[in-house]
Amino acid sequence: MTQIAFPTPDPLILARRDAILAGLAEILPGECVISSENERRAYETDALTAYRRMPLAVVLPRSTQEVSAVLKFCHQQGVKVVPRGAGTSLAGGAIPQEDAVVIGISKMNRILDIDYANRVARVETGVTNLSITDAVMPEGFFYAPDPSSQLACTIAGNIGMNSGGAHCLKYGVTVNNILGVKFVLMDGTILDIGGPALDPAGLDLLGLIIGSEGQLGIATEATVRLLRSAEGARPVLFGFDSSEDAGACVAAVIGAGLVPVAMEFMDKPAIEICEAFAHAGYPLDVDAMLIIEVEGSGSEMAAQLQRIIEIAKLHRVKVVKESKSAMETALIWKGRKSAFGATGRVADYICMDGTVPTSQLVHVLARTGEIVASYGLRVANVFHAGDGNMHPLILYNVNDPAEQEKAEQAGNDILRLCVDAGGCLTGEHGVGIEKRDLMRHQFSEEDLAQQMRVRAAFDPQWLLNPAKVFPLDGRLAA
Amino acid sequence: MNVTKWPKSEDVFAELIRSCSDDGRTIRIEGGGTRAALGRPVAADEVLSTHGLSGVTLYEPSELVISAKAGTPLFEIEAAISAHHQMLPFEPMDHRGLLGTAGEPTIGGVAACGVSGPRRIQQGAARDHLLGIRFVNGRGEIVKSGGRVMKNVTGLDLVKLSCGAYGTLGLLTEVTFKLRPKPQRTGTLAINGLDDARAVAALSMALGSPFEVSAAAHLPAGVVGNAACTLLRIENFADSLDYRLGELAKLLAEIGPSRRLEELESLPLWRDIRDVAPLVAPRAHAVWRISAAPTDGPKIVAALQAQFSFRHFYDWGGGLVWLACEAGEHANAAAIRAQTKAFNAHAMLVRAPDALRARLDVFEPQAAGLMLLTAGIKRSMDPQGIFNPGRMYAGV
Repeated sequence: MTQIAFPTPDPLILARRDAILAGLAEILPGECVISSENERRAYETDALTAYRRMPLAVVLPRSTQEVSAVLKFCHQQGVKVVPRGAGTSLAGGAIPQEDAVVIGISKMNRILDIDYANRVARVETGVTNLSITDAVMPEGFFYAPDPSSQLACTIAGNIGMNSGGAHCLKYGVTVNNILGVKFVLMDGTILDIGGPALDPAGLDLLGLIIGSEGQLGIATEATVRLLRSAEGARPVLFGFDSSEDAGACVAAVIGAGLVPVAMEFMDKPAIEICEAFAHAGYPLDVDAMLIIEVEGSGSEMAAQLQRIIEIAKLHRVKVVKESKSAMETALIWKGRKSAFGATGRVADYICMDGTVPTSQLVHVLARTGEIVASYGLRVANVFHAGDGNMHPLILYNVNDPAEQEKAEQAGNDILRLCVDAGGCLTGEHGVGIEKRDLMRHQFSEEDLAQQMRVRAAFDPQWLLNPAKVFPLDGRLAA
Repeated sequence: MNVTKWPKSEDVFAELIRSCSDDGRTIRIEGGGTRAALGRPVAADEVLSTHGLSGVTLYEPSELVISAKAGTPLFEIEAAISAHHQMLPFEPMDHRGLLGTAGEPTIGGVAACGVSGPRRIQQGAARDHLLGIRFVNGRGEIVKSGGRVMKNVTGLDLVKLSCGAYGTLGLLTEVTFKLRPKPQRTGTLAINGLDDARAVAALSMALGSPFEVSAAAHLPAGVVGNAACTLLRIENFADSLDYRLGELAKLLAEIGPSRRLEELESLPLWRDIRDVAPLVAPRAHAVWRISAAPTDGPKIVAALQAQFSFRHFYDWGGGLVWLACEAGEHANAAAIRAQTKAFNAHAMLVRAPDALRARLDVFEPQAAGLMLLTAGIKRSMDPQGIFNPGRMYAGV
């Protein structure tokens, strides 16, 4: 018993499976077409593991030309396509359907060019997020968006979901850090969108594509911005006796004209779970903790911290603990970034991603606790406080269908709360299948119809990642 | 001659647009009118002005966010946010000087034309700060996209698509922008006497440093004063400013000696660069805006110098070239576009007589596939093609 619906597979496509596989085998060599049930199983879900569907086939093309050829073939055959990066979507963005071909870009993982003078790199989009930073770090540069899954997730997936991360308070999210893509439309057309320049030549198609959840086309190459790393960075832990104080402190820091690189919030359950996993030295005798990171030279960081500590004191901060070494810094971030994984060791969970105005943080946090308790479940909160992007982790037992349903209902209640507080359903994970049916809570029919018409300008037959983002009923062509 | 209408509510706009859509009457959208000469000239049956849609609708200083109706004069926004030591981080250019227009720029015009300035290289462009919009589409429906929060990936992003679409996709009625705290202090480092290529190398070196340069420009000899001048701006807290300017001067010592311009000298200088003041006169000259990879800027300029005479300067670390030449019959469009094509760059004819902007491609011509997509998106937002017909591309 699950709540999220999948469209009924098209029996005509299922019946033609052998012919479709044969057609794919003509385009790609054997090692790039996955057809056996055993091997396809690795692609039947993503990080929304409660849902899974066995795809018709999986292909792993090695070049833009091959992606184009596969898409052209699927377009001609009327076969649906589900693009896939590393499959780390928490919203089910990469979950297949039985009558669709999965196109994975994992074989396209080269860094093509690094240009320090112009501060850009050109990469194939199957490259992992972190490997770009790893490649340019020796020269003192980095690629800014840093989702928690950055070790595994791909730039293709980041483009699909417009991924953020802890440090986007200062450096922005994916859309602010990509200048161009090579983009393949459903009919196989290859387009160069954007380029090395800082602004678009015409309409800002790049801004539309990034975050479109694989519904408009497949990005195979990207020109990403490289930034020079700060002279130094130092995270500081601030422990509070109440979430209210911590939340008010966040608003006060921003209101005072300080924009730290990152401001992360954890409540008591999250602190305990992460500390047990990472041994990062998080204070265990507090109800809420902020990780605030500042950057600059030693004296600059000291000056910024002094200002922040003064504000924190006004909000009754109980513990202030500065990182004293690179190792401590690494541990502090390891604890934060492994929050989801560490929680997974304790219980199954679903991770929400609503964003609210920062002035509403305290209210929404309190109501979140009440909502989850009303379903008899537990919640851990760990999120990007500086930009109001909340991540309540609702803990449940995946093997108990009744509990799963309760967890999903609680999650939906929380997301509606976020929208009602002036926010949105998703800040960085995307809509996927998970929040698809809540879209009408945030958008009017006119809003959604306009989005669908734009979508249809790219893919009139709705073949690309079709079961995502928009409610399954009432879909519009161009 | 048609009469300009300025309804006072979104609903009346929607009604008017519905009736135009029903009758196939085209509409020229007007804000403050200061940027009306950007793009190709628009001949339309009706003029709809956002003049009557004015006022800040939400301002939360502690959240760094402001919403205003599209026709709100920019000076009103700036007055409101300055009182809280905040700013529009993308430093929108004021086109009045360059285009010789009068009136008041509006916040909706800034969004519709995607107007940014020198700080774009560090803080991002207008599109990076536009969080949400309300607009009326070509069907006369009121549509919203985005919102008022910093992070939002819910549904397709029609916000960025509309930013810089020059009113060809819809009539913006309300916009929400992300703000930043105003820097406590501003200072500039200047190096004299560099040629273009060395200057851009210096800018690249500075922008690749950890000192958070917020603007990087180069004024070749004769553009402002007799000596070439390479400029780097730092904005920060007072103590950081001193430290960073000092470190930057050390870093650039191998290129040449630098001097520091204090705030009073610095602010008007960057305002002039933002507004392209050095190329305002002579008025008869055409002005191009070429966008490229920074190190390609001087290469494009060198190739063009062999072909015709012009005055130019660089912003965005070399990646934005402003160029003024005789308008003549074609404003050297073919020569310029040959270079933009060679360098994967693009050029916009920002200032030229109407007749020239009607005849030439004002925006960089796009590959056929992109043009098809552009036309398809236009149809999806404005099926009858009633908004600002042909303003970006002839026939679209």
